[in-house]
Amino acid sequence: MTVLHLKGVSRTHGTGENLVHALVDADLTIEAGELVAIMGPSGSGKSTLLNLAGGLDAPTSGEVLVEGTVLASLNKKRLAALRRRSVGYVFQDYNLVPSLTAAENAALPLELDGLSAGKARKLALAALEEVGLDAKQADRFPDEISGGQAQRVAIARALIGERRLVLADEPTGALDSHTGEEVLKLLRRRCDAGAAGLLVTHDARHAGWADRVVFLRDGKIVDSSAPLAGADSLLEGAGS
Amino acid sequence: MSVKHSLLALLERGPAYGYQLRAAFESATGNTWPLNIGQVYTTLNRLERDELVEALPENDSGQRPYRITETGRRHLAGWFASPVQAADRPRDELTIKLALAVTTPGVDVTDVIQRQRGATLRLLQEYTRLKSAEEHAELAWRLVLESMIFRAEAEIRWLDHTEAVVARAELPAPFPFAVGEPDPAEATPELDRSRTN
Repeated sequence: MTVLHLKGVSRTHGTGENLVHALVDADLTIEAGELVAIMGPSGSGKSTLLNLAGGLDAPTSGEVLVEGTVLASLNKKRLAALRRRSVGYVFQDYNLVPSLTAAENAALPLELDGLSAGKARKLALAALEEVGLDAKQADRFPDEISGGQAQRVAIARALIGERRLVLADEPTGALDSHTGEEVLKLLRRRCDAGAAGLLVTHDARHAGWADRVVFLRDGKIVDSSAPLAGADSLLEGAGS
Repeated sequence: MSVKHSLLALLERGPAYGYQLRAAFESATGNTWPLNIGQVYTTLNRLERDELVEALPENDSGQRPYRITETGRRHLAGWFASPVQAADRPRDELTIKLALAVTTPGVDVTDVIQRQRGATLRLLQEYTRLKSAEEHAELAWRLVLESMIFRAEAEIRWLDHTEAVVARAELPAPFPFAVGEPDPAEATPELDRSRTN
């Protein structure tokens, strides 16, 4: 099932001499179960693409579809509801609410969506368990847990409820390499379990976890690898 | 890669015959560098000639095991004690290719870089997948796999860097080779002739 579909999406800023093409005619689809990495030099349009995919920004031309719905067809209220129900974000600096516990942070999108606190907490605890955090850790505040645990909470929050699209912007930027790798593994597992992931990274090692890697340069997709075949075919070629 | 030292290192575990050595080597390196059995036996013969190993009597199933000698042990210790020299490694084709790409007319360096990056990244994806599929792999194989991951990563970083440097640099038109100007070696007979005239 296609979770995210970008159809000929362009985004420009400014006019006349100051016109900047942040993204040019981008086509991209992400299926459920897929993790796609976006790479490219700074200023190549990675974050623009991510913001457009999540409905935080609107394209100048082209269409963005999340689970089949054209984002531009929605009014503000409905767009906000779709973002709450379908899209989750993971940022470099976790973006957890400091005055809420891990469980409350994870439950936030559900509560905003009108679910009772009790039901939301139950789902939050289950979501936290899926990312490897137990009930005791669930009741800690963001400043009482490590960066790696905070990022796990952010991933749990991003995928809580029915949400299937996770947009991650340099999610390991603030973590040491081992913890960063654990977070990537977790993202990989959540995608293997049926989520669709879009990962912006400048780090080839992290892009290595993706099924496909899309390269951006000057706002254009310059290259996009086909999905990987099984790993069994690898060793035949590795000796050369 | 030194087959000779690899075999000595394996024989340090205890006497073994050719097929066992090949299997042990491939399991330690995750079949990354397949060894053919002929290569194993030629190397064992050479090691025996140099008295680094000695052949033991054939066993009941007709296999002839080899044992490392004292000289062999010292030789092996020397190998582990000395760093691998840059000159021992093969020349890097990619470096040479890019060095030539920037001076060859009509070659789109950015495109060459992009193709390479795509291919190397793909390899990195495959290694990563192998690594995550084999969480409890043998230590030796894990080291080999991680070495390949680090190399791929380093290559991609170098490609990113090269791309940025090339984009900033005004690519100078490469010097065409001189045409019609005699080189010094050919110039000498000319001079000689002018003298005889």
